[in-house]
Amino acid sequence: MRSFAFHRPSTLYEMSALLGGVADSMPLAGGMTLLPTIKQRLAAPAALIDLSKIPQMAGISFKDDVLTIGAMTRHVDVAESELVRGKIPLLASLAAGIGDPAVRNRGTIGGSVANNDPSADYPAAVLALDAIVVTDRREIAADAFFRGLFETALEPGEIIIALRFPVPSAGGYAKFKSPASRYAVVGVCAAKKAGKVRVAVTGAGPGVFRVGAMEAALEGSFTPGAVAAIKVSSENLSSDIHADAEYRAHLVTVMAKKAIAAALQTL
Amino acid sequence: MKISFALNGRPRTVDVEPATLVAELLRENLNLTGTHVGCDTSQCGACVVLFNGEAVKSCTLLAPMLDGGTLTTIEGLSGPGGSNALHPMQQAFHENHGLQCGFCTPGMVMTAVALTAKNPAPTEAEVRHSLEGNICRCTGYQNIVASVLAGAAAMNAPAIGE
Repeated sequence: MRSFAFHRPSTLYEMSALLGGVADSMPLAGGMTLLPTIKQRLAAPAALIDLSKIPQMAGISFKDDVLTIGAMTRHVDVAESELVRGKIPLLASLAAGIGDPAVRNRGTIGGSVANNDPSADYPAAVLALDAIVVTDRREIAADAFFRGLFETALEPGEIIIALRFPVPSAGGYAKFKSPASRYAVVGVCAAKKAGKVRVAVTGAGPGVFRVGAMEAALEGSFTPGAVAAIKVSSENLSSDIHADAEYRAHLVTVMAKKAIAAALQTL
Repeated sequence: MKISFALNGRPRTVDVEPATLVAELLRENLNLTGTHVGCDTSQCGACVVLFNGEAVKSCTLLAPMLDGGTLTTIEGLSGPGGSNALHPMQQAFHENHGLQCGFCTPGMVMTAVALTAKNPAPTEAEVRHSLEGNICRCTGYQNIVASVLAGAAAMNAPAIGE
């Protein structure tokens, strides 16, 4: 690998100073995307700022019907957390389905959300659960956070500290996964809270998106049958060796039905 | 930069370039070549080692991250009571013909040891799920799964005389 400097701040203040002060520096969370990206020479940071020793970014807590997950919480910790399993089971099962055990032992929720890979699982849950992205500067609503292919509302040097998930009355996630990488070819997260339903799709297009027609139908009847006849347009969806746009459009409906069936099972 | 960690039960301090991967550190600097590098893209699992007791892919872990932690490689496994005999999981792979060319085996064994530490009596389905990140192109996995099940049982069997 091309050489780089390595810094390990232990406070948010120190982190911000490094990210702002060291030229061409990049934050390092679990490294499951960044390190392969550096190895492939798609990124060439002059310095990595390791976020693993900042206490404010760790831990899972619950207060006032909101589950807060620190950005550096690993997928394995979300998957195995009794608190997450009890409050928002879809998040635990989503985390348990990311990559493989060794990847889940390193990869973090904050890293996944900040990277906003078009096939990542977490963005669908963040959007469907109407989560708040808490950064070192502000709080960003999920609807304003994701901006398409690897793009988010984060400014240069802005770091996610935690994700705040309001607990839904029902919610489920289902994905059709690539058998090799276990990324979502199409993943759908559906959640209901106070009579409102949000349906978010990952994997299908260049970025996570909501399906208004499904949400309206599900507010009438929160059952798989309510979305069975609703098909999204394939116009802006992705085509690759795994699935063409037409097939992805079909999968959105299939995975939506499965997500709602999963949500009903947790009631 | 200087990093200190426990390697296979012994404290080590090494001076590394920050841009060093753990697989590279092990193989090139420390002459521990039991950890294999297959794909070098964190997919195949041949390079799996235990970092703080958990399975990780050493081709996608930076050496500076080791500072203050513990690392166990395939060379760090030992027989009952620290003997030179094979570790029960290695013995199970031997007895169940859990390898052919052997390239993936160090990663398979380390993943299996991590699984068993977390889940002492895994089912066949749990074993298969736990091996999702380890690719073998020879065996078809059947004997690897049999090996892990036998190895887990052996790791949990009371030592003779207990």
